Amino acid sequence: MKLIIAIIQPHKLEDVKAELYAANVNLITVNEVLGHGQQKGVTEFYRGAKETGNLLRKVRLEIAVNENFVEPTINAIMKGAQTGEIGDGKIFVLDLPRCIRIRTGEEGKEAIG
Amino acid sequence: MNMINSGDTAWVLMSAALVLMMTPALAFFYGGMVRKKNVLSILMQCMIVVGLISVQWVLYGYSLSFHPGHGFWGGFEWTGLNGVGLEPYADYAGTIPHQAFMIFQAMFAIITPALILGAFAERMKFSAFLLFMLLWATFVYAPVCHWVWGIGGWLRDKGALDFAGGTVVHINAGIAALATAIAIGRRKNLDKGTPTPHNMPFVVLGTGLLWFGWFGFNAGSALAANGLAVNAFVVTNTAAAAAGLTWAMIEWGRSGKPTLFGFCSGAVAGLVAITPAAGFVNVVSAIIIGIMVSVFCFTAVSIIKPKLGYDDSLDAFGVHCVGGVWGALATGLFASKAVNAAGADGLFYGNPGQFMTQLLAVGVTLVYSFVMTLVIYKVIDFVVGVRVSEKDETIGLDLTQHHERAYTVLE
Repeated sequence: MKLIIAIIQPHKLEDVKAELYAANVNLITVNEVLGHGQQKGVTEFYRGAKETGNLLRKVRLEIAVNENFVEPTINAIMKGAQTGEIGDGKIFVLDLPRCIRIRTGEEGKEAIG
Repeated sequence: MNMINSGDTAWVLMSAALVLMMTPALAFFYGGMVRKKNVLSILMQCMIVVGLISVQWVLYGYSLSFHPGHGFWGGFEWTGLNGVGLEPYADYAGTIPHQAFMIFQAMFAIITPALILGAFAERMKFSAFLLFMLLWATFVYAPVCHWVWGIGGWLRDKGALDFAGGTVVHINAGIAALATAIAIGRRKNLDKGTPTPHNMPFVVLGTGLLWFGWFGFNAGSALAANGLAVNAFVVTNTAAAAAGLTWAMIEWGRSGKPTLFGFCSGAVAGLVAITPAAGFVNVVSAIIIGIMVSVFCFTAVSIIKPKLGYDDSLDAFGVHCVGGVWGALATGLFASKAVNAAGADGLFYGNPGQFMTQLLAVGVTLVYSFVMTLVIYKVIDFVVGVRVSEKDETIGLDLTQHHERAYTVLE
C-alpha cells in the first residue's frame, strides 16, 4: 500500500479530480495549504510594512492506494495538474504500513478501497 | 426669503448618507460572490470609486450632469461647485440647500459605475479599472443623467419618468456591464463549472445593507420629508419583499430547494425594479412589479446567460439591466396621478403614450451606454491593456493587483 501526497495549483483541483475519477480513484482527502518552491511568493504590503517571499495558496491531496493503483493515480495527477509552468507542484509516494476502516475494523487491501 | 425646510433638509442629508452606504454594501454583496483570492479586489474597486467619484463630482461631475442644458450635457458652469450654494435651487428642490441636492446626487453618481464592476470581476487590471470608472462617469453617466434628470434634458422634456434612477442608474450601468463582459471575455477555467461564492454571509450582509440604504435612494428621491417619500418607502419595501419571495419560490419549484442566494438576488432585483416607479405607483402595483422582476431576472441569469455564454461574473447585467428595463416599462404601465399628481398616468390608467415615452428613454439609454462603454473600453485597452495576465488571474487579483490577501491560513 502507498500513500500518495500531491501538492498542486488550486485552480487545477477540478482537472485532477476529473482525471482521478476517470482512473477509478474515488477516495481522496483535500487540504488547502500554503507554500512555495521554485515559484517565489508575491510580496505583500500592509500599511507600508513589506512582507517578501510570502507563501502562495496550494492544494494538497492525500490518496491511499493499493499497489496496482499507484501508477494510474500518479498519471491522473500529472495529467490533471501539469501546465508546464513553475509552480505546478510535486507528488510524493510513501510506503503505507497499515490502513484500518473505522466503521468495520477491516484492515489492509479491503480497507483502502 | 429663506425657504429652507429643516425637516426636508434633514431627510435628504440622511438619505445621502444612506445611499453612500450602499457602495460598501455592494462591495460585500459582490465580494461574497467571488473566489477568496479576489475578494479584496472587489472591495477595493468599490471603495476607491467612493474616493474617485466624490472628487470628480464636486470638481465637474455635478456641473456636467445638472447645470441647465447644453443639449448633450450640462456644461462646466458649476465647476468646483461655483454657484452651487446653500440656498435652494428651486428647479431641482425648492426647500433644501442646493448643496444638499448636490451631495445626495453625488451618492448616485458613485454607486452607478460601481454596479458595473460585477460584470468584469476577477480579471481586470486595476489601472484600467480606474481609468474606466473616470471616463464612464464623465462620458456616460453625466450625459444620460442630464438627459433624464437635468433641466433642459431632452428625455425629461419628453416626459420620461424615472423617480430614483431606474434608467439613469440601473439600465445605464447594467447595459454597460454587458458591454464590458463581452469585451473582456470569459474568466479562465470556467468550463470546469462556475466558481461558487466564497462567503455567502457577506452576500447577505450586503443585501441587508443595500435594502436599508435603498430607503434613502428611493424615499430620499422625493427630496422632501412628505407623503411622496412615504409612498416611495412603502412600495420599495414591498417590491423587494415580493421579489425575494418569488425568486426563492421559483427555485423551490425548479430545483427542489429555495436558496439564500436566490432570496437575496430576488430582493435586490425587486429594489432595482421599483426604483423608477417608487414615486408613481401604489402598493398593489409594487407587488406585481416585484413578482415579475424575479421571473424576468431569474430567466436572464439562470437560463439565458448560460446559453449565450457571456461571462457577466456577478450578474450586473442580468439583475440591474433586466430589472431596470422592467421597472422603467412598468412605470409606463402602472404610474398613476392618484399617487403623484406631478407624475403621469400609465397605460393601465388610460395613457398609452407614457409607455411609449418610457420605451424611448429605455432604448436611447441602452444604445448610447452600450456603444459609448465599448468605445471607452477599446481606448483603455489600447492605452494600458484592460485584462490582467493569465498568471495574475490564476494567483488572484488581491495579491497581484494590491499585494494584500483577505484571509490568512496560518495564524
